[in-house]
Amino acid sequence: MCAARGLTKSYPALRGRRGTPGTPEVRATDDVHLEVRRGEIFGLLGPNGAGKTSLVRQLTGLMRPDGGTVEILGHDIVRHPERAARLLAYLGQESTALDELTVSLAAETTGRLRGLDARRARAERDAVLDELGLAPIAGRPLKKLSGGQRRLACFATALVGERPLLVLDEPTTGMDPVARRAVWGAVDRRRAERGTTVLLVTHNVIEAETVLDRVAVLDKGRVIACDSPAGLKEQVAGEVRVELVWRERPPLEVPEVAALRDRVAESGRRWTLRLAPEEARAVVATVTGGAAFAALDDFTLATPSLEDVYLALGGAARQGLVRA
Amino acid sequence: MNQSEGEQHDVSVVPAEVLPGGALAVQEAAPQAAGLGPRARLWPALAAVYRAQLSRARVARIPLLFVATFQSVGILIMMRGVVDGGSEAESVVAGSSVLVLAFVALNLLAQYFGQLRSSGGLDHYATLPVPPAAVVLGAAGAYASFTVPGTVVTAVFGCVLFGLPMGNLWILAAVIPLAGAALAGLGAALGLLAPRPELATVLGQLGMSAALLLGVLPPERMPEAVRFARDLLPSTYGVEACARTFSAHPDWALVLGDLAVCALVGVVSLAVATRAYRRAAVR
Repeated sequence: MCAARGLTKSYPALRGRRGTPGTPEVRATDDVHLEVRRGEIFGLLGPNGAGKTSLVRQLTGLMRPDGGTVEILGHDIVRHPERAARLLAYLGQESTALDELTVSLAAETTGRLRGLDARRARAERDAVLDELGLAPIAGRPLKKLSGGQRRLACFATALVGERPLLVLDEPTTGMDPVARRAVWGAVDRRRAERGTTVLLVTHNVIEAETVLDRVAVLDKGRVIACDSPAGLKEQVAGEVRVELVWRERPPLEVPEVAALRDRVAESGRRWTLRLAPEEARAVVATVTGGAAFAALDDFTLATPSLEDVYLALGGAARQGLVRA
Repeated sequence: MNQSEGEQHDVSVVPAEVLPGGALAVQEAAPQAAGLGPRARLWPALAAVYRAQLSRARVARIPLLFVATFQSVGILIMMRGVVDGGSEAESVVAGSSVLVLAFVALNLLAQYFGQLRSSGGLDHYATLPVPPAAVVLGAAGAYASFTVPGTVVTAVFGCVLFGLPMGNLWILAAVIPLAGAALAGLGAALGLLAPRPELATVLGQLGMSAALLLGVLPPERMPEAVRFARDLLPSTYGVEACARTFSAHPDWALVLGDLAVCALVGVVSLAVATRAYRRAAVR
């Protein structure tokens, strides 16, 4: 359906101007191999700056890779980037091209530019706006909407004029649960009826676990793992995540707490540990029983998530993935 | 085509989360290339972009149009104290009218494309199967048409103020689209070629200042070097064409010549802008 082989892209080093240091060359995409199958929801998961958007821009023909191939439904996208627009619909992170249009006109215009005739574009516009519950705000300019509503309106434009592949770059950012359900409902309907394939970019771990069939985990431009969310989580199945939140500072004078120090991922007052179950029990007993308890604000024990998979695989960023 | 409406009734409402993982995913059946979706043709796409841009302008640009018109009317009033009439008055009225065009078509369009390019807004158009010329011409056309009321108001006000004949003002019907094409093409090219949006803004502003200084002031009073710069500016030919028609017996051949220069600059600059768009869309 959509395959990338040996995809590589570097941003050249920038020479510093007076007073500002230059930046070295950045490998945005580093020898990426991917295979998205027809009808699946395939995810690209990684923290901000992992190279997700750069990769997607190469897959959609928006950016020319330095090396490697991209094939969508049998078409070579590196050689013929203009064909991408006739094979896929893309929802980028920016809505500046649509901001001053009404929801209704944004959807209709996008449909016409996707090659629909006027009647068809109007009919599809009405159908999609009804489907997503946007009909009541169809006459309002996108600029005047809340972040989540605007995002939903942009998603609507991606659905007008059917395409076999939907490429969605963080489609649900800022959306409330109702809007999210509308998005995944619409995706599911197209998948069931037409076998639509979805390539989803996300940094939201919960979303990745609930909607994706398979996920590629990205870190510093490389794919560090690719499997179903359940398959990936099996890699860390033997572990439990312990989170400790201290009131002011960790009580390092308690020897058991001090001993944990070099195994934690620290973020402000929060300590995160990945431990074997019996170890975790011992840690919880220590911090809830002894002298450390006075310094403890909150703690949680949880089964591992894709975030733990990312960390266990050697992912470098400590924050950047969200659970929401 | 009722297909899409029909599909509305028997939809599945199972959320994607509930589906067993990968149940719908099937192995690639045939390696042969799939059919491509339709391509948007030039004229329908141009019409769609034009309509969308015009509505954008209505929402967001009305205050700026007032600014453009008041600026030109203010210049007319100011120049009334300096210029008594005759050929100098003709240049002032023609220059102020064309200045509205320069403000919107050159300055605002350069800013719009500069901002669209830097913010990634071009991705939206670049991932639609639309000819680049449709995006550039649609936007340029919308910005040029948006100047019509301001240009006409300025010209009529100027004629009344300086006592010029209004019989040949219909020439605006040719000056606005042709000078509009030249200035909008220039604005679009500047906006799409400028590496940073601030630079696009500066270039647009400079272009408008040039049109103001070189177009409104009567050329008879300018030194040779400035007059040469004036000849290089495309808006000058719109001003000249307009100014010539105020005389009792206009030399229509020269008017046509001026308009032809506008048209030529328009074609070239719009072609450059289209190329620039193509380059900016795929980085």
